[in-house]
Amino acid sequence: MDWAADLQAVALTLKLAFVVTALLLALGTPLAWWLAHTRSRWKAPLAAFIALPLVLPPTVLGFYLLMLMGPHGWVGEATRALGIGLLPFSFGGLVIASMLYSMPFVVQPIQTAFEAVGARPLEAAATLRAGPWQRFAFVALPLARRGVVTAAVLGFAHTVGEFGVVLMIGGNIPGATRVISTQLYSHVEALEYPAAHRLAAVLLVFSFAVLLWVYRLNPRGAQLAATAPDAAAHP
Amino acid sequence: MIEATLRLPRGAFTLDVAIALPARGVSALFGPSGCGKTTLLRCLAGLERAPGGRVVVDGEAWQDDAAGVFVPPHRRAVGVVFQEASLFEHLGVRANVEFGWKRLAPSERRVSIDDAIACTGIAPLLQRSTAGLSGGERQRVAIARALAVSPRVLLMDEPLAALDAARKNEILPAIERLNTLSGITIIYVSHAISEVARIADHVVLMDAGRTIAAGPVAELLSRLDLPLPPGEDAGVVLQGEVGAIDAEWQLARLDVPGAAFWTRDPALPVGHRIRLRVLARDVSLSLVAQPDSSIVNQVQATVEAMADDAHASQVLVRLRAGGSALLARVTRRSAHALALAPGQRVWAMVKSVALLD
Repeated sequence: MDWAADLQAVALTLKLAFVVTALLLALGTPLAWWLAHTRSRWKAPLAAFIALPLVLPPTVLGFYLLMLMGPHGWVGEATRALGIGLLPFSFGGLVIASMLYSMPFVVQPIQTAFEAVGARPLEAAATLRAGPWQRFAFVALPLARRGVVTAAVLGFAHTVGEFGVVLMIGGNIPGATRVISTQLYSHVEALEYPAAHRLAAVLLVFSFAVLLWVYRLNPRGAQLAATAPDAAAHP
Repeated sequence: MIEATLRLPRGAFTLDVAIALPARGVSALFGPSGCGKTTLLRCLAGLERAPGGRVVVDGEAWQDDAAGVFVPPHRRAVGVVFQEASLFEHLGVRANVEFGWKRLAPSERRVSIDDAIACTGIAPLLQRSTAGLSGGERQRVAIARALAVSPRVLLMDEPLAALDAARKNEILPAIERLNTLSGITIIYVSHAISEVARIADHVVLMDAGRTIAAGPVAELLSRLDLPLPPGEDAGVVLQGEVGAIDAEWQLARLDVPGAAFWTRDPALPVGHRIRLRVLARDVSLSLVAQPDSSIVNQVQATVEAMADDAHASQVLVRLRAGGSALLARVTRRSAHALALAPGQRVWAMVKSVALLD
């Protein structure tokens, strides 16, 4: 039995999920803030674009990313010109693909939470000497904290559970791009059912535990994030 | 002095005002719901910007679009109390009160946290979270929070509108105490004449986005040419002091310019400043004094003007008694029988007066 390969896949999966979640929170929070407050005509197109992974087969997303980041795509040409090399079949490529794939699960709960906070607490803070950054950091963010936690947990869990995008963009290279789901796939292809059972059970228990936690924390936020593409309803 | 020239289209109406408010005491923006009072207040706070507008407070331009000046709300020496308390739910009561105060430079802290707490009576609430507070408690915390930023101007947007009568009586004294704190101008938005009569020194009457009239409360409320609420609420505000106490009968004489009224002893010392409200429905008229009447408050006055009242059977009569104006409501038939006309000397028989503070 190849315990070492399994552990390597688990470690890589956790590393990927942590990196992706951290980057998505850093990027998704300002994006969610903008979506919650803008009246721009670009709001709907951007929200729809972010929500695409909710409805598209992951293979479609993976295919386009492969084309873009490959040697003939403009992203690929750019990364090569910058001396980074090509992103497909590397950990970096996997991070970028996973960020796009998990983005709606991070942006939507935060956006919903910001919208639920509303304008009034921010106006009150403005009349209490708090400038724009202080209003964001000391009023909006703490009031939206449940949404942020929900977003982090869902983004993490969703990244752990991805398969199609990983296979398209990452291949299945041990130590570089082989995560739990692709390792499981390898076990099944090799007819190693006991090993497959083991990994599958780990993912099942992990996913259930995460969802249980999210629903206990904030049932509404979880439902919103897990259903319709533009689930940003008002309270 | 607070001066504002603002023009801002707002769907149903266009706010179009040019006002000058005294820099002391309580100014009320008074008018029906949806007349633009709140929009005006938001412009003063900087929460909205009327293009081309101008807001100048004590000579300092908060907005002067002609000169490209717009001071954002967090840099204005302003405090705002909204209709709903709008407390920060993630902070406790004390942290709410200190939110703005701790953002001030120490030299700007003219109102101490302790003063803000004492004035609003929220000391027992300080350790609580905001979740369990009653509506009146929330509003008092909101007032303390706004007061603690030592505002030059405190803007209050119908702070009592969402509260019942008992809660209102909990808050009004706090606002009256605020008024006595030096250096803070209060601009108070209301559509309730009883609140305006009680706390305002200066009144701006608004309708459909425009100012109709402005002036001291006593003068403005006694005018007959304004669309003030007619009917039961018509009446005047008089300011004066406690003139004498009749301990044997538990009565006090309240002196206002040109008149005096005996009323129940309010347990205030002689010389204490008071404010009275005399409703038109409580004043009847006689051509001669009535020495044999149970009504002891009889004031000799001159008819200044007459106007139609809400019901066709009645007229409102404006009287002048020395430095004070009174309104009386009489039936049209009585006015005809007494041949009331401007310039005529009459006796105003005042059945009751309400002591406001």
